[in-house]
Parts: sequence; C-alpha cells; structure tokens
Amino acid sequence: MSNIAISSATITPAKKSSPARSLDVASHWQLMWRKFKRHHMAILGLSLLGIFLVISLFPEFLSPYGPHTRDLRYAQGSPMGIHFFDSDGEFHARPFVYGWKNKRHPVTLRKITILDESKRYPLRFFVRGEPYKLFGAFDSNIHLFGVHGSKIHLFGTDQIGRDVFSRTLYATRTSLSIGFIGVILAFILGLTFGGISGYMGGMIDLVIMRMVEFIRSIPTLPLWLALAAALPRDWSAMTVYIAITMILSLIGWTHLARRVRGKLLALREEDFVLAARLSGCSHGRIIGRHMLPSFMSYLIVDLTISFPYIILAETALSFLGLGMREPAVSWGVLLFSAQNVRSLVLMPWLLIPGLFVVVAVLAFNFVGDGARDAADPYAK
Amino acid sequence: MLRVIGGRLISTVILLVAVSIVAFILIQLPPGDFADSYVNKKAQGGVVFTIEEVNEMRRQLGLDRPFFIQYFDWIGGVLRGDFGFSWEYRRPVSDVIGERLGLTLALAFSTLLFTYAVALPIGIYSAVRQYSIGDHAMTMLGYIGLATPNFMLALILLYLGFKWFGLSAGGLFSPEFQEASWSLARVWDLLAHLWVPVVVLGTAGTAFQMRTMRATLLDEINKMYVIAARAGGISEFKLLMKYPVRMALNPIISTLGWELTNIISGAPIVALVLSLPDTGPLFLQALLNQDMYLAGAMILIYSILVIIGTMVSDLLLLWLDPRIRLDVAR
Repeated sequence: MSNIAISSATITPAKKSSPARSLDVASHWQLMWRKFKRHHMAILGLSLLGIFLVISLFPEFLSPYGPHTRDLRYAQGSPMGIHFFDSDGEFHARPFVYGWKNKRHPVTLRKITILDESKRYPLRFFVRGEPYKLFGAFDSNIHLFGVHGSKIHLFGTDQIGRDVFSRTLYATRTSLSIGFIGVILAFILGLTFGGISGYMGGMIDLVIMRMVEFIRSIPTLPLWLALAAALPRDWSAMTVYIAITMILSLIGWTHLARRVRGKLLALREEDFVLAARLSGCSHGRIIGRHMLPSFMSYLIVDLTISFPYIILAETALSFLGLGMREPAVSWGVLLFSAQNVRSLVLMPWLLIPGLFVVVAVLAFNFVGDGARDAADPYAK
Repeated sequence: MLRVIGGRLISTVILLVAVSIVAFILIQLPPGDFADSYVNKKAQGGVVFTIEEVNEMRRQLGLDRPFFIQYFDWIGGVLRGDFGFSWEYRRPVSDVIGERLGLTLALAFSTLLFTYAVALPIGIYSAVRQYSIGDHAMTMLGYIGLATPNFMLALILLYLGFKWFGLSAGGLFSPEFQEASWSLARVWDLLAHLWVPVVVLGTAGTAFQMRTMRATLLDEINKMYVIAARAGGISEFKLLMKYPVRMALNPIISTLGWELTNIISGAPIVALVLSLPDTGPLFLQALLNQDMYLAGAMILIYSILVIIGTMVSDLLLLWLDPRIRLDVAR
C-alpha cells in the first residue's frame, strides 16, 4: 500500500511538472479562460461575436453599397446567387453573378426582373465604388467585393431598391452598439444601486430593494412601449438613438443590482473587509478595491446574459415603429418593412436581417453559458 | 400561516397603488395632450380650431387641472369599474376593453398551459436521458427558441401559412364565425386559430422552462436520497416523479409569475402581427394616438395581471414546499 503511494508520488512530479506548476501559478482569469475553452459552443459563440464585431467596425468597407443607395432598376429584386458553373455547365475559377432584364408581367403588367444568363459579371475583390469615410476620418472608396458593369445584391433589394446585404451590415453596427451602450449603462446603474444597498444596509437597502421589486413587477414591453411612445416624433435619429438606449438600460439594471447586493451582503462579514476597514480605507475604496474584484467574474456573466435581452428589445421596439426610425438602420428598422404578409410574400428575403438577430442572440447565449461555468474556476 | 398570507396581500395592495400611479405618470408623459393630438388630426382634414376652442375642450375634458386631482379622479373611477372615456373610440374605456379582454386572458392562460405542458415532460426526458440524441436536439431547439424574437416567429408562420395553404394564419376566427354568436362550432373555430399565437408566444418560455427543469433535475437526480429510494426497490418512474421531480418543481413554480410577465409583455406585438382582435393592437394604437385613459387602463390591467400572477406563484410555493412554509412560519 505505502509502496504504491511512494512510487506514484515519485513518478508524477517528474512527468507532469510543467502543467501542474502552470495550474498552481495561473491567475484567476487564466483559470477561467482555461475552463471557458472547454465549452465548444462557447468558443463558437465567441468566434461569431468576433465576426459581428468586425462587421460593426467596418460596414463601409465590407458592404458593396451605402445603406441608402438605391438601385431602382433592380427594386424588389430577389437575392442573386454566386455561381461557379454557368448555364452550360462550364466551370469558372472566378465566381460570377448573372445579369438581368426588366420586363412587364404579361397579365398583371407588374414590373418583373428576369435573369439574363447570357451575361456574366465576375466577382471582383477590392473594387472602387462609392466613396465613404472610415471611422469618420479616412476617405476611401475601396469595397471588399463588387462587380464591374453591373450590381451585386446578395440578399436582394427592398421596395425602393436598396441593397439588403449592405443595409444589414450597417444595421449590425447600430443594433450591437445600442446593446453595448445599454449594457454599460445598466452595469453602472446596477453597480451603484446594488453597491449602496448591499454595503449600507438598513433603511437605504430596504428602499432600494422595494424600488427594484417594483420595477420588476411592471411588464417590461408595455413599459418600454409607453416610454418610447412618449418620445417626440421630431427628434433627430441621434437623439432617438440615445433615448432608446437609455430606456432599454433603465430596466436591465435591476437584476444586476440584486446580484451585487447579495454578494456584498455576504462579503461584508469577511475578514479581509474588516482588515481593510481597520486600516482606515474609505467606503468607496473598500467596495471598489476590495469587494468588487472578488465577484467581478459573476457580474461579467450577468452582463453577457443581459446583452441579448437588450438587442431583442431594441428589435421589437423598432419593429413596432416606436424605436429607431428611418433613416437610421437597425435590425428592427429593417424588419419593420417586412411587417405585413403582402410584402413578405413578395419579398421573403426581407426577413434575412432577422436571421442576424437570431444568430447574434444565440452567440451571446452560448458565450453566457460558457462564462457562467467559468465564473467559478475552483468548482470541479 | 395566515399572517404570512396577510402580509403578502398587503404588500400586493401597496404594489398595485404604486403601479397605478406609474401608469398615470406614463400616460401624462408624452408632450402634448389629447386635445393637441385631436386638433392636429383635424387640421390634416382641413378643420382649424381657435385657441379658445382648444382651451374650452381642455377644460371640458378636465385636462387643465393639477396632476394629482386628475389622478384621484381617475383612480376613484377605476375602483368603481369606470376607466374613463376613450376619445378615440368615443365610448367608455371599460366597454372598449371589455369586449377584447376575454381573448387576451384566454390567450395568456392557454400559453401558460402550453408552456408547462410541453416544457416539463421534455425537461424531465432531457435530464433522464442526458446526452442522448433527443436531449441534444431538444437543447438545440431550446437555444433557437430562446433566440428568436416572437414577432419574427409569427412572421415566419404567417409566410409559411400563406405559401403552403394560401390562407392567412392571422385573426382568431374564420370569416363565417367573425360575427356569429357563441356556439360549439365557434369555440372549435377559435381553438383551431388559437394555437398559432399560443405557439408563437409560448416558444421562448417553453425553451427557458425546459432548460430550468433539465438543469435542476440533473442536480437532484444523483443525490443520496434518490439512491436510497432506488435501493428500497421503488419503481424507476414512481421514484422519479415522487422525489427528484418534486424537488425540481420549486424553481419552476417560483418563475410562474415571471413567466406570466413575459407572456403579457410579448402579447401586444404578436397580436399586432397576427392581427388578433384582443387588447394588444388596441393598446399600441392608444399609445400612438395618446388616447390616455385607454392606454392607462391597459398598462394598469397588464400590471395587475402580473402582480396577481406573482402573488399566486408565491402562495403556490408556500403550499407546495413544506420547508419554505416552516421557514416563514418561524
């Protein structure tokens, strides 16, 4: 018995020394990352979010056209396929799109677009097109892809001929940034109120917690709707953007405040807090420097989880015409034009922006699940 | 025990009063009042009012009085069942809402039933057969269900219904039953239409409850008391239902009120897309037109439903779980 114990003890350190040591000296965040990496779905989600980040940073470069550019000749046009094989079955190394012709429907006389397979337009990369300002500073007119002599509409066009693909990319920036700013605002509110409530306790705690409970008992969407309906109609797109973001964050913070309060209440009795207090630290310093870092990871998890709620809420508001409005483009604004069955049957591709919403929310949920597990890296 | 329930009732009443004040504030929030929006609307039709006429209208409607007087006037009426007058519909609010509220309630409770009837069995199955193909498929479906905005789901169903059957999936009745009086055939027709909004509204909640059930049951299923019961020779199904499932029901019951909130929240937008004749489109229209008494009444009714739902779920929990009962009684 003791023999085995000794031999295994003598062998293992020699073999496993480096990983074991790195585990011992790994920081809190390294341990979390290590645990997070084990979730394949979470990694997938993180990569998807990376793609979304790139899209929202460079929509001008990635999209072939501007969000308001009209291609009237191809209005209400369906998505164009990218082909490698032409109609004769011949292979082309450079993928291409077909040209099209406008005709009148023989019976209804409605304008229809017909694929013209005799004309092929090869896909080109880094083409020069509409000028734009990257980050509002650098002038450029180079787009990632495009075609010469014709137009390319990967997701088709809307009623008045605007490219749905380009608009979706621009909308990604708006929707994600609303989510991001909304989450940050909710974070600040939640930290402040939860922090005060949990650290002070007593009467202040009681009042704040009743307030939180009260806000949570009001059905959220009707509340958002009522607040959004109260915004003046003549506000500029930017003002509406700020107002909507604030409205959305107003309700998201309650969950976080509760979490912060609960953690602070538990930590208040810990020895290291007593030590800090005895050393003469101020209240703010004890909360910010000593207590907060010990449960920061949980807060980040909560943030990841609340992100999709804000995105979904923005989409719903704009879809109803109470949130962002034209000329702003967000996912909800794009879906607004798909609101009735008639336009939906004519142009089902108008629902494609909705697919982006679903994928973004999925990605956040995956990351949130992985992060929830990783938040406590010491559990087995 | 009675004291606990009494305390809960009192806090509910306080909450209701607070909600009614907020509802009234929200309605007062939009710049301009009903007189302004009425005048604007008439102006588009070429009818112009003088300032005296507008002020006279304000005075008649009582819009020139201080906030709290208007509030007490309103809430006093509400307690007597009088929700004020809808200027948009030119009828008492209670009439306008009354004929549609039944459908809203029917929709909310059918959705709640649907959510639990689907989520619980699937959640239990997923936990018992963890990592089976069925579990993976259901988990994936759950993720997608949670991620899809419900108006989007409604749009997709509408589109597919039109594409495949050439019919509109919206509405709650077929044309021939639209105006008919209540009969067995009409109820059947209602049920045939009701499933679309129920599925649309219930999907997210079902996905959520399914995941909760799976997670909590997985926690319970390997505990010592389960092993002890199994060693006692109880049949596997009875064992599952009697011990771990009962434990796992707690978080499900405690989120009942919250689930109702979600359903009530999502209902107006789904009702709008599916053009249901319930209170949803009414509420949105009232907000857009600043028909304040109607909108206020709707917010109040939605909140009351949610608050009562939360209270019921708290009391249910008390009744279901002896540990909580003992804890509170002490």
